[in-house]
Amino acid sequence: MSYVIKGETCDWEVVIGLEVHCQVISNAKLFSGAATDFGAEPNTQVSMVDAAMPGMLPVINEECVRQAIKTGLGLKAQINTTSVFARKNYFYADLPQGYQISQADQPIVGHGTLILDMADGSTREIGIERLHLEQDAGKSLHDQDPKRSFIDLNRTGVALMEIVSDPDMRSPEEVGAYLRKMRSIVRYLGTCDGNMDQGSMRCDVNVSVRPVGSSELRTRAETKNVNSVKFAQQVIEIEATRQVGIYDNGGEVVQETRLFDSQKGETRSMRSKEHAHDYRYFPDPDLLPLVFSDELVAEIKASLPELPDERKARYVGEFGLSPYDAGVLVQEKDTAMYFEDVASGRDAKMAANWVINNLFAVLSDRGVGISDSPVTAADLGKLLDLIADDTISTKIAKDVFEAMLETGDAPDKIVEDKGLKQITDTGAIEAAVDAAIAAGEAQVAQYKGGNEKILGWFVGQVMKATQGKANPGQVNKLLKEKLDD
Amino acid sequence: MTDDLTPLTISDARDGLEKGDYSATELAQTYIQAMEAGRELNAFITETADIALERAVESDARRAKGCVAGPMDGIPIAIKDLFCTEDVLTTAGSHILDGFVPAYESTVTANLKNAGAVMLGKTNLDEFAMGSANITSYYGPVKNPWVADTGPDAGKDLVPGGSSGGSAAAVSGGLAMAATGTDTGGSIRQPASFCGITGLKPTYGRCSRWGTIAFASSLDQAGPMTKSVRDAAIMLGAMAGHDPKDSTSAPQAVPDFEAALTGDIHGLKVGIPKEYRVDGMDPEIQALWDRGIEWLKVSGAEIVEVSLPHTKYALAAYYIVAPAEASANLARYDGVRYGLRVPGDSLDDMYMNTRGEGFGEEVQRRILVGTYALSSGYYDAYYIKAQKVRTLIASDFAKAFESVDVILTPTAPTPAFALGEQQDDPVAMYLNDVFTVPTSLAGLPGISVPAGLSKDGLPLGLQLIGRAFDEETLLRVADVMEISAGFTFHHGAED
Repeated sequence: MSYVIKGETCDWEVVIGLEVHCQVISNAKLFSGAATDFGAEPNTQVSMVDAAMPGMLPVINEECVRQAIKTGLGLKAQINTTSVFARKNYFYADLPQGYQISQADQPIVGHGTLILDMADGSTREIGIERLHLEQDAGKSLHDQDPKRSFIDLNRTGVALMEIVSDPDMRSPEEVGAYLRKMRSIVRYLGTCDGNMDQGSMRCDVNVSVRPVGSSELRTRAETKNVNSVKFAQQVIEIEATRQVGIYDNGGEVVQETRLFDSQKGETRSMRSKEHAHDYRYFPDPDLLPLVFSDELVAEIKASLPELPDERKARYVGEFGLSPYDAGVLVQEKDTAMYFEDVASGRDAKMAANWVINNLFAVLSDRGVGISDSPVTAADLGKLLDLIADDTISTKIAKDVFEAMLETGDAPDKIVEDKGLKQITDTGAIEAAVDAAIAAGEAQVAQYKGGNEKILGWFVGQVMKATQGKANPGQVNKLLKEKLDD
Repeated sequence: MTDDLTPLTISDARDGLEKGDYSATELAQTYIQAMEAGRELNAFITETADIALERAVESDARRAKGCVAGPMDGIPIAIKDLFCTEDVLTTAGSHILDGFVPAYESTVTANLKNAGAVMLGKTNLDEFAMGSANITSYYGPVKNPWVADTGPDAGKDLVPGGSSGGSAAAVSGGLAMAATGTDTGGSIRQPASFCGITGLKPTYGRCSRWGTIAFASSLDQAGPMTKSVRDAAIMLGAMAGHDPKDSTSAPQAVPDFEAALTGDIHGLKVGIPKEYRVDGMDPEIQALWDRGIEWLKVSGAEIVEVSLPHTKYALAAYYIVAPAEASANLARYDGVRYGLRVPGDSLDDMYMNTRGEGFGEEVQRRILVGTYALSSGYYDAYYIKAQKVRTLIASDFAKAFESVDVILTPTAPTPAFALGEQQDDPVAMYLNDVFTVPTSLAGLPGISVPAGLSKDGLPLGLQLIGRAFDEETLLRVADVMEISAGFTFHHGAED
């Protein structure tokens, strides 16, 4: 469970904090009216403000503020009704203003918590230090021309929420759980689409190491712009090993920004100390402090959807699911909705088993999400109904499920077409039972001699004779009655 | 053409246009000729005679149809080249904005345009409004139309003050009936004083900053530069108003400022801040100030001594806050998207080449000062400290305004000086703003009214400072002072 790096002189543990950048779902940018659609033609979603034309001024987009408050509430965090935008100054070609409008000392959201659902069903609380609103930069395209770089300002000024964790994580596994949980929460809230592959959620990974048992915080290295859960976990392993190696050799870790090279599987120093940025933060004089009422916060709070933690608790409490199963089901809102459709009016545990054990395997094989599931919730529900009313056995149901995947047909149609309906007619089963007993004199003798396990042989014979369609319960009951006579 | 129309004020012209004594087109033509004849002053960076005539014709057409847009309709004005004007070169007096033609119109100039004002051209200014003598412009210095009769500067070319030096010279020299200016630490009031005209810096937030090239965002404020206090009232009414595109623009109604000019200041209390009697003050300035006090007293106002104890820290605080903001505001001029680009081998080289060539010495100095003041390790000692001083200065004024309605001070410590003077010592140059900067830091309205001549025959202004968003009282007192001063509008030796 615990993640320990063996060093030459001692064992080391890793201390991890994340800065997650979530692109806010909003129609317009943080301080301009330009659109925010992903994948638009370069430089088609750029206002005069985004391009930092002379004399242009930012005006806060209230929708982005509401989204930040919503996210803060989702993280059970303190909402600051007064916050301040500051300029973070640095030069880059895709940063037209020459500064990013961000929040420094006074962020919109203060301390909160995020609960990790670990694979063993346990949970861990991770502190959220803050959430602040800031502008995204544009994109520099270095691969379009041998000599020149091209700039796309579509992303310039899009609202980001930077969510900073406390240095509370101790393993790649926890970091994975953190990122998945964060994604889950923002998707539930509808404040960020959480698509790491499109860059709408990305993270900076802060890693330091310390001897196991120590409580010190040693110098950390920050790896910027990591864009998948897998990469974040890789970064931690690479960094932990690198840093332990440095200490083992009597060196000191340098506080620096590093870049992850997923091709080579290494991190590299991004800028040397003499190029270290001094961002010269100061309050943006173009903007008044951002002030809103407690009533607004209350109104947004009242409109929050059920979030994964609450939903999980409900699944455990109401449906009797295990915390692990509940955790798995609530992670994606769409999955939870699917599950609830299947479970509605049915045995929830059975529904959970089918979704987790059968459907998930298929989805992962096919590499599709729940929204592209080849089996609809309604059809899976019908399949469960066929089991519940003894139309088919669980074993046959698995064959029907396979057929559903292949044909896309409804389960009742498949059962009908293939004649898979379970035999519950006592007379028909009794005939097969009698035939089996008659054919197995030796086995009958063994049974009478005390070998109850031999009963399975009789069941097998009956099932063979009925092509597996006999109701197993009835078969067992009848066999026992007749053999015990 | 009939009589010379250039001595007319806005209020004169409003009445003359109304009566049909002349047309807006005739007014425009008169001023276009004056503008062309006065090129020697270098007051304009860009002349827009075609636009002026076009708008004048439109104005006459409106008048003919009986739908005059207001008192500014048909009034020929100059626009400081810090306001972005659609399809018209906008330079901020800087090389770095070479060829920059905005696709948008600043809110203030749009308001004026909608009020029917006729734009004659874009006036020269200190580069990015940084300066007090209009000598930092890439487009060369502006000459003050005034000439000293006697004294060491007799007959020499004088500076018009800055940064709105082109606007001040244009109005003073009769090249425009009025002009827009911007004031960050005194850039309307000080050149108004140097050129013998009226210059009003409104309350911060009164006029939108949208589309005006930023120098120091928390201080920049547009205002009118005119031949009379009445004209300032009329023109401010057309410039001001809440603008949702500027978050710092105040949601305040725009009153009829001209209606505030009742001529009656009986019972008003005028504060005289003792801290403004700075050591080594020019006795001429002191005498002028005393005369101003006397005029207001005679007009029925009560004179009250007030204390603004933190005044002595104002200039230092200003020269931290303004450059700090400027260092960020000017970061966008990087050669990437518009204006000048001087190529380099890398992005950093291109930045250095572009900004090194594109910005003049004073602008570079302020960017460096501002960058330093915001640097890690110095931020608390400089920027934060300066902001604290700013708060103290604002509360000094707030306290003073508990007992007075306006405050009277000199506008500038000296009359206009000769071109070439004070140029080697930036700090000496900064001292020009000593009386105007505190008002700016406090965000309060201030107006400079020409009040007399120096012994060498150069104009001197007195400054009145008002409560936030009480430009009406300010203008009322200024109007009375203007009448008392009986300032004669002449340009010294050349006239």
